[in-house]
Amino acid sequence: MNKTVLKKFFFLVITLTGIVFVNFECTDSTAQGVPDLIDYNFHVRPILSDRCFACHGPDEKKREANLRLDTEDGAFAALQDNPKAHVVVKGNPQKSDLFQRIIAKDTSLRMPPPNSNLTLTQDEIKIIEKWISQGAKVKKHWAFIPPEKSTLPKADKDWVKNEIDYFVYDKMKSLGISPSDQADKESLLKRVSFDLVGLPPTIHMQEAFLKDQSPDAYEKVVNQLLKNQHFGERMALNWLDVARYADSHGYQDDGLRTMWPWRDWVIHAFNSNYSYKKFITWQLAGDILADKMKWHPKAKEMKLATGFNRNHKITQEGGVIDEEYRVEYVTDRTNTFGKSILAMTLECAKCHTHKFDPISHEEYYGTFAFFNQVPEKGLFGTIDASFADPPNMEIKNEDVKSIFNFINKKDTSRLQVMIMKDSSVLQPTYILERGNYDSHGKVVDFTTPEAILKFQNYEKNRLGLSQWLFDAKNPLTSRVYVNRIWDQFFGRGLVKTTGDFGMQGELPTHPELLDWLSADFQQNGWNIKRLVKKIVMSATYRQSSDLNKEHIQKDPENKYLARSTRMRIPAEMVRDHVLSASGILNEEIGGPSIKPYQPKGLWEVATSGRGTLATYVQDHGKDLYRRGMYVFIKRTVPPPAMLIFDASNRDQCEVQRTRTNTPLQALAMLNDPHVLESSRVMAQEQLLKNMKIEDALENGFRRIVCRKPSKKELAILLSYYEDEKAFFKNEPKKILALQKIGEYEHKNVKDLVGFAALLQTYQMIFNMEETLIRV
Amino acid sequence: MENEFLKNRLNVNRRHFLGKAAVGLGSMALGSMMMPDLFKSGDLASSFPLGLPHFAPKAKRVIYLFQNGAPSQLESFDYKPMLNKLAGQDLPASIRNGQRLTGMTSGQSNFPMVGSYFKFNQHGKSGAWISELFPNIAKIADDICIVKTMNTEAINHDPALTFLQTGAQVGNRPSMGAWLSYGLGSENQNLPAFCVLLSRGRGNGQGVYSKLWTNGFLDSTHQGVVFSSGEDPILYLNNPEGTDKTSRRRMLDKLAELNHLGFDQNADPEVEAKIKQYEMAYRMQTAVPELTDLSKEPDHIIKMYGPDCLVPGTYAANALLARKLSESGVRFVQLYHQGWDQHGNLTGEMPLQAEDVDRASAALVTDLKQRGLLDETLVIWGGEFGRTNYSQGKFGVDNYGRDHHPRAYSIWMAGGGIKGGTVYGETDELGYNIIKDPVHIHDFHATVMHCMGLNHEAMTYKHLGRRYRLTDIAGNVIPGLLA
Repeated sequence: MNKTVLKKFFFLVITLTGIVFVNFECTDSTAQGVPDLIDYNFHVRPILSDRCFACHGPDEKKREANLRLDTEDGAFAALQDNPKAHVVVKGNPQKSDLFQRIIAKDTSLRMPPPNSNLTLTQDEIKIIEKWISQGAKVKKHWAFIPPEKSTLPKADKDWVKNEIDYFVYDKMKSLGISPSDQADKESLLKRVSFDLVGLPPTIHMQEAFLKDQSPDAYEKVVNQLLKNQHFGERMALNWLDVARYADSHGYQDDGLRTMWPWRDWVIHAFNSNYSYKKFITWQLAGDILADKMKWHPKAKEMKLATGFNRNHKITQEGGVIDEEYRVEYVTDRTNTFGKSILAMTLECAKCHTHKFDPISHEEYYGTFAFFNQVPEKGLFGTIDASFADPPNMEIKNEDVKSIFNFINKKDTSRLQVMIMKDSSVLQPTYILERGNYDSHGKVVDFTTPEAILKFQNYEKNRLGLSQWLFDAKNPLTSRVYVNRIWDQFFGRGLVKTTGDFGMQGELPTHPELLDWLSADFQQNGWNIKRLVKKIVMSATYRQSSDLNKEHIQKDPENKYLARSTRMRIPAEMVRDHVLSASGILNEEIGGPSIKPYQPKGLWEVATSGRGTLATYVQDHGKDLYRRGMYVFIKRTVPPPAMLIFDASNRDQCEVQRTRTNTPLQALAMLNDPHVLESSRVMAQEQLLKNMKIEDALENGFRRIVCRKPSKKELAILLSYYEDEKAFFKNEPKKILALQKIGEYEHKNVKDLVGFAALLQTYQMIFNMEETLIRV
Repeated sequence: MENEFLKNRLNVNRRHFLGKAAVGLGSMALGSMMMPDLFKSGDLASSFPLGLPHFAPKAKRVIYLFQNGAPSQLESFDYKPMLNKLAGQDLPASIRNGQRLTGMTSGQSNFPMVGSYFKFNQHGKSGAWISELFPNIAKIADDICIVKTMNTEAINHDPALTFLQTGAQVGNRPSMGAWLSYGLGSENQNLPAFCVLLSRGRGNGQGVYSKLWTNGFLDSTHQGVVFSSGEDPILYLNNPEGTDKTSRRRMLDKLAELNHLGFDQNADPEVEAKIKQYEMAYRMQTAVPELTDLSKEPDHIIKMYGPDCLVPGTYAANALLARKLSESGVRFVQLYHQGWDQHGNLTGEMPLQAEDVDRASAALVTDLKQRGLLDETLVIWGGEFGRTNYSQGKFGVDNYGRDHHPRAYSIWMAGGGIKGGTVYGETDELGYNIIKDPVHIHDFHATVMHCMGLNHEAMTYKHLGRRYRLTDIAGNVIPGLLA
């Protein structure tokens, strides 16, 4: 083939690919073909928002032709340059300028204009036409209507276990699919154990559950796990991403900070089953609450909780302009508040009124005002000037023995934590033009986006802000949290965009279910454990994750939940699993972060050379074997094994991790000393027990994969073991090298060849696909 | 039709297949189910996650020689003899014209201007002025385009670096390399599309940080992979002691058998994807060390880059490695050389920094040219902002320092799509303000993307409701830089 032909061929391949993409996109939520009955919220607004609102939406400064499509008045208004004509004429697409413009052949008239790089598909145009024909009904954005419980739909009584299942059953039936069988006991146990405590079930637990034939055997396990102290750790893990928790300050020089007592509090809060209301209120406004209730035995704990809003990055770069960074911190808090609790992209209203959602520039700074009262500096000092910039609080040794008995303080050195505080005098908050710290506009009062819920009759401080959040009329607070918990347990939120419930976010797959659960959560005291238990007790949750052709074809993304989803466990739990399966995990809870094995030179090559974190000083002894969530996070060089498995870099608030599958993950599992050491320790211990090799293989497999191996699997393990034995017979040097791996206690075994072969076999099991999957 | 085609490529991005949407379903495998050939290893289309570039690219690959800490333009490429004449005089307020200052000089009572201690000469057909600190770069004057009018808003390292690499001063946005990896994919099945190489000079340094090569909201497959000069060029690449290649092969074969049994039960395409990832890891274990082994380079190459190129972790070694990676199809190779932050003792430190990078930078361009690769490789050399025309701290004509200066600074570019042998833009006589042809960071990004065949306004990624671009909401391609 000459070059031109090749190029043509190339183009063809790509063009064809493009066509397949089109088909695929049609199955996506923005355009699901053309339904018979058009719903504004589900079919029309997503199109208008995505393709039109940027120029014809809330932002009046960017609004073209004085036309706005995001409000009912705007959509039916007369045209600016031709008052006789109207944007939308109910029932008459031909007379509706909106429709005429989207079908215009003349590119000077056509909308969206070609230079926007946006277009409408034929289906989308038909949807708009049909919507107008059917009377052009406009509805309020779904997420701004407070959730209510609807009646449960009809469902198969034999299958359903609680309310969740009625809604899920109804939905899957509408697609013509049926639920999967309940997962087998071993799979279910692995799933619920990883989901509730982040650790694999021990063989003892596996045996007990397999034996227990009582009808409530599963519920007993769930209750045990909910009581387990590792539950708090598992739940805290996701919150640490939201809270952008880290052990260093984050900007260039990136010195040490000591926020870990706040992390200990988060674990404690989940273990104590603090209501979501208390959990959030204390973090947002614990200092204000504590000042009102000085008598309260937990007043100091309330203050500690406010560390949440100090977890953002803080610069230590000499020479920065103080106000520029102070504003940056307040911005971070405001944006984090929006994303984590409201699932609104508030940050889009920082420079101008939001392009898609009804959040004005002024409302952004009205919200900003709550977080703008802290007596703080943009630059408190350069590297190591402080591990906890003021305002801060001291954790005294006597506190740790009493009110702070959940803080795992290991020595008597001075310990300070950053907390929130408001200045005694009200600081004015200005609108910042274009978001610039030094372009002051007019002064604004405390407020929140009115489209969500009007801010009135609440205190004008962060406590008032949390009263606003937990007002029964606030449509977002419960929905957003319920949805994120759902995402944690199913791998996909009922609203897929867990951080965006605005116009550009995805629509809920099961709106009635989301509303039912949200209303239920609210009505039952924002009880987190209760919510979690309802989820894991549902038949929906208990289904098998095995796939079949019908499911793959009809519901590749598992939106309709006719099966469970196989998911790779989060980065921190990859580490937990390996250490736990081999029995070397140090299960201690809380305390300062630890520095495990790490490839040499990573910190050193990137550092400016200043500060205590210029070089990586690895820990030894039992600190090497602590859970993944305690691995030291230096923001500028996050722990590599964590990033490889998609952990957050904790740069800013994150509500959802990506889940990738890369060769670097394979390399980490094959060659990270932690995994090898675990295999080494397991092999040595098994050999000392003088087990039959089949038993040693089966035992290892059950600890690592969390089920019994099949006969075929056992045969493969055995044949591999024998091959390796033959290989190592003549390789004493290699055996010696394997014996030396890791710092964990080395035990002498007689059968060195058997040891090496067994080590390799365990190492292989750790690398099985199923090992890291929560099945 | 063309518009529609464009839209599909842009809206339906790889994340649909490889990322969140594919939760629980084989990422690669879901893709291959929908599009039977797209992800098959070795086929043409698999190397383009988003499809073809928007138009015919001039460059296929980028090598970015980042001079971290901000080298002074006044001692390198922006010749200002007037500053020598006016040495010691205070910078007129009319010239400063409200420019904000860093905390390091905002307390200074006067701003004594200072000229370059180092001599300048004209080089090449364009007669470009280049300081004596860069004799080798001077020799390739006809291949490079010196841009004297780069400008930015940031006045401190962290925001300026972040801006240059990600298009925004703050926030977790994808870096340039991640954008190009996402947009154009990899040309090599065994190597990451975006590689990062770090080195440190002998001058006052500023750290680097992983945010500079972050994937931001793109899939983490687009994250820059740091190549280390230590035992493992890529993290966890080497088999542990006691395990050799044949052992590894035996394990992977048995492992695949086990995984296939699992697939028989769960039918999850993710299993197939996993098996493929292990095979790629295995291939990388051979491919990467072969590539990073510089000892087999012929003598004339070693001579060209200088003896330092045999010392792992030096700038010279990284420059040579960059050529090898790029030649092997790595889309974006990003070097960072630390030590260019001369707030004081500029006359002592800058020669050392220049000595580290001058020879190898020029060698890289020449080497690429000799291999016929310069036309399709875009080479960029420069820092995050410029330095003030007045002295920071104690003033002396032979011993001075310079603070950060955002309004004008110099970089150079060479190769794919760039008009070599030119000097672009002019600053005033005092080297403080731009008087002709400014190139803002956003313009620079737009131009680099243009060279790669991408329209910076159309190359978007929708995240949390908003379409993001590397150029945010600004940027213009600068035709004057283009061949």
